[in-house]
Amino acid sequence: MTASFCAPLRLEQISIALAGRELLAVDATISPGEVLTVMGPSGSGKSTLLAYIAGFLDREFTASGGVWLGERSLLNLPAEQRNIGLLFQDPLLFPHLSVGGNLRFGLPRYLNDKRQQVTQALEQVGLAGFESRDPATLSGGQQSRVALMRLLLSKPRAVLLDEPFSKLDTALRQEMRTLVFSQLREAGLPALLVTHDHEDANAAGGPVIELG
Amino acid sequence: MLRLAPALIIALLVLPVGAGLMMVLLPAFGYLPTLGGHGASLAPWQMLFDQPGLGRSVMVSFASGLVSTAVALVIVVLFLAASRGTWLDRGIRRLVSPLLAIPHAAIAFGFAFLIAPSGLVARLISPSLTGWERPLDTLIINDPWGFSLMAGLVLKEVPFLLLMSLAALPQLAPERRLMLARSLGYSPTIGWLKTVCPSLYPLIRLPVYAVIAYATSVVDMALILGPNLPPTLSVSILSWFNDPDISQRFMASAAAVLQLGVTVAALLCWWLLEQLIRSLTRYWLINGSRQRGEIILRLVGRSALLFSSITALAALVGLGLFSLAGFWRFPEVLPQMLTLDHWQRSGPMLATPLINTALIGLISTALATALVLATLENEHRQHIQPKRALWLLYLPLLVPQIAFLFGLIVAVESLGIRPQLGLVIAGHLLFVLPYVYLSLAETYRRLDPRWLKVARSLGVSRSAAFWRVRLPLLLAPLLTAFAVGLAVSIGQYLPTQLLGAGRVTTVTTEAVALASGSNRRLIGVWALVQAGLPLIGFILALGLPRLLGTHRRDLAT
Repeated sequence: MTASFCAPLRLEQISIALAGRELLAVDATISPGEVLTVMGPSGSGKSTLLAYIAGFLDREFTASGGVWLGERSLLNLPAEQRNIGLLFQDPLLFPHLSVGGNLRFGLPRYLNDKRQQVTQALEQVGLAGFESRDPATLSGGQQSRVALMRLLLSKPRAVLLDEPFSKLDTALRQEMRTLVFSQLREAGLPALLVTHDHEDANAAGGPVIELG
Repeated sequence: MLRLAPALIIALLVLPVGAGLMMVLLPAFGYLPTLGGHGASLAPWQMLFDQPGLGRSVMVSFASGLVSTAVALVIVVLFLAASRGTWLDRGIRRLVSPLLAIPHAAIAFGFAFLIAPSGLVARLISPSLTGWERPLDTLIINDPWGFSLMAGLVLKEVPFLLLMSLAALPQLAPERRLMLARSLGYSPTIGWLKTVCPSLYPLIRLPVYAVIAYATSVVDMALILGPNLPPTLSVSILSWFNDPDISQRFMASAAAVLQLGVTVAALLCWWLLEQLIRSLTRYWLINGSRQRGEIILRLVGRSALLFSSITALAALVGLGLFSLAGFWRFPEVLPQMLTLDHWQRSGPMLATPLINTALIGLISTALATALVLATLENEHRQHIQPKRALWLLYLPLLVPQIAFLFGLIVAVESLGIRPQLGLVIAGHLLFVLPYVYLSLAETYRRLDPRWLKVARSLGVSRSAAFWRVRLPLLLAPLLTAFAVGLAVSIGQYLPTQLLGAGRVTTVTTEAVALASGSNRRLIGVWALVQAGLPLIGFILALGLPRLLGTHRRDLAT
């Protein structure tokens, strides 16, 4: 992975309200390779912020403010053209596809070396030879690693992380934090992490915004 | 395009029913220019009320609707209360869809073969218990008060109400309620009845109303099991409409309006019963009684539904036995020899009805599925709350078929369209669509929205995500909905018979046509074919995902 798309993610005066009541206000710039952590209790609107940036905000919310990737404004683009990758609490590997199928799902359509990229990605996270496995037969940690590689193979230009470690057990959590943050840094991607766990914020090592 | 789907569905369901009702209302009061009726008159009604036995017909239709629904509902509710988590529960859950898929006519024939004076039950207990050496000379089926019709209806209504309840239950989190009740000292069955049942009933109210409407106006089952002199109101209407004497049409229209009234009266009566039961049980719910009645309710709850399911299965076995029977003297339990003669002789005659059945079923179900998917996808994209228009879906199920189909034909003919295959398919769509929608909507809405978010964040467009993520994830429920649609279409008698003007034959119309004759061997063959077709659909629905090799462990089945 080379840091080829090095544009910062700019969140410009974002304000989100529900039924006239302001939920949150954020103004920040995330440089390539940096992880901005947004912390707050449940109900503080952390996930709503991610939905706004990724293009999935429910209609009941009203929001204002800009989202910029470098010079490009994302707000008028449909979700699939924003080049923003998502990582949730659950790995959400498509159950109707194999492990390899899940990785190929995110690859751009016209590529010659798809097979090779998938093989490499699996090797990179210690899952060499897992292409044809049913995702349901993988352990939780293995699934999380596949989900991460699926995200990276899709060549996003920024990444949003929605409490991605909260469902892992303690030992695994530490390992995944290291893996995810080092991969993101290596790829030179700006990332936004929402969590309520201070250790996540510490591991991310970037600036922290507290909500609520 | 997608945005038009909901309006299209509503129009498809409401317009035909509305037009059909209009075109029976007008002739009922003497207006039908094509037949020379120009003015308003009460003559059709006078003629109708002069018919001998009309009162009895109305009574039987009214009572069979209410009684069969009440019995079926009690059986289902007590079963759910008494059997949660038992082996019986798991077994019945697997059996319920195939049981529901068996068409009314097939169940009615099989049930008739069981309880007829020379039927299987009489043979089993004769002459050892009864001393009968020859069949009893009494009317057990076609009894004047419609008891055998009611029993046959119960056999079909139980799996329907059970399936509707099972579909509604998860949103009530019944396990948690029951756990709470038991921690407060309630025994399981009583706890379920007091904490889950009151919330369940509102969720299955519309299906219950549909059952009442159906049972008060059923034609095919009443032709087979119902009384003859006089028959139920619905059967009388059918014969009046088919009378070569065209002037009977006016009276038949009045009778169709009367049928609508009978159904509405039955629904009103049921609603009053609901109020009565609610106020009678209001105190019982909170009187603190935790155990009383547990044993007896549990016993009844488990045995009643087991009994009705076994009866339905035995009915199928009876069909098979009669279709293979050679010489079979009463009271021998089994035929002296089995033969394939009846099957071989029916073979050539089966071809056309089979092709028609498959064609009508596949096309109407495919259309219905496409429309339902378009509506649900539109609902998802536009973030529309579903509730409002839901009862419109039930319209073709709440208005008796016999009350609007004749009017629909008049309306369609006035547009210059002749009864034929296309019209039959369109007619089936009316009844297939609601069932496909009902069996798919919940699963569709419940699919975790994050699946689609992940897909789109990976650069896949909305419509591509629909084809590549949503449909594969919903493959199993989609195939089940398709099988349900097929089963509904295969079982339709009246729409096929009327909209095809008797010229479009399906296995169902052919089987029901045999009811008036007495060749049980032939009936056995046709009814079994009729029962087998929907089962094939369900087996394919369950097996296809595996056959396609796309089956994975976490994919919902």
